[in-house]
Amino acid sequence: MHELSIALSIIEVAEEEVRRRGDVQVLAVHLRLGPLSGVIKEALFSAYEMAREGTALEGSRLVVENVPIVAWCPACEAEVSVVAMHQLACSTCGTLTPEIVSGRELEFTALEIKP
Amino acid sequence: MTTETRLVEVRTKILKQNDIAARALRARFRDAGVYVVSLVSSPGSGKTTFLEQTLRSLGGQSRVAALVGDLATENDARRLCRAGVPVRQITTGPVCHLEAEMVAQALDGWNLNELDFLFVENVGNLVCPATYDLGEQMRLVLFSVTEGEDKPLKYPTIFNTADVAVITKLDLADAVNFDRAAACQNIQAVRPGMQIIELSAKSGQGMEKWLQFLQIRAAIYHAPEGR
Repeated sequence: MHELSIALSIIEVAEEEVRRRGDVQVLAVHLRLGPLSGVIKEALFSAYEMAREGTALEGSRLVVENVPIVAWCPACEAEVSVVAMHQLACSTCGTLTPEIVSGRELEFTALEIKP
Repeated sequence: MTTETRLVEVRTKILKQNDIAARALRARFRDAGVYVVSLVSSPGSGKTTFLEQTLRSLGGQSRVAALVGDLATENDARRLCRAGVPVRQITTGPVCHLEAEMVAQALDGWNLNELDFLFVENVGNLVCPATYDLGEQMRLVLFSVTEGEDKPLKYPTIFNTADVAVITKLDLADAVNFDRAAACQNIQAVRPGMQIIELSAKSGQGMEKWLQFLQIRAAIYHAPEGR
């Protein structure tokens, strides 16, 4: 359960932004999360609920955009979706796809704030 | 969203702090000329035995050291000390993985210039360590023949973030009807093109091949055109 550490890092980044922008209220934190980031969204939501208590983020919610796995297929010579996280093969032709284009994201993208 | 609220863009990696610390470590290792290998696996896959044999074999010819992570106890460090090389334990307490900053702190007082190889054994856990860069040059994921051939499919992320898969406890393969082809196929499914090394640290089978592989990787790293 490393999602608590992740939630604390999110709060750290967000609090830094809040300090920088003066006295604002954070309504939501927007993230992008790929399946290969190693972070489970549901676990992150529960961890965030705990971690936000007593911080400037108290009362804020997490908005997570799921980033799909996209890989480069050497046979199709194109960026493709894959069969599954445990089957990194082109969903069109079945060729194994060593090169991951996206799906590892664990990124902070935006803050929804109220002045 | 009401008219009062607004969305402000904040583009940053969530693990920015860890990434910064890992980058600093990688630069330090590069400057000191030390090749750093990290080990991840589930608890009980044979990481410590594998590492002990590796340290013993390398110890005669190269300058090696190791850091070992566990939630509690100094047992692994004590065990590895028998190999006659410097070893330090990192006890993580409630934390289920190593972070770059913990590695940096554990190195305090060590002169990295005096080392050729540094091994970092992560906490036994196939989930959490996947997310944290430790500044290593090579990450090994170990899995033993007794764990089942589908382990890579169940924990794809850790295999995907590792560079090399090491199948351990090969001496028990027959006893557990280990299906080698299926295991290798599953590794390739989650990390196409991944290098696979099979060995038994207990019998010594495959250890020489592993050590040769390590020396080659280190030589490439040290070569002027190396990355």
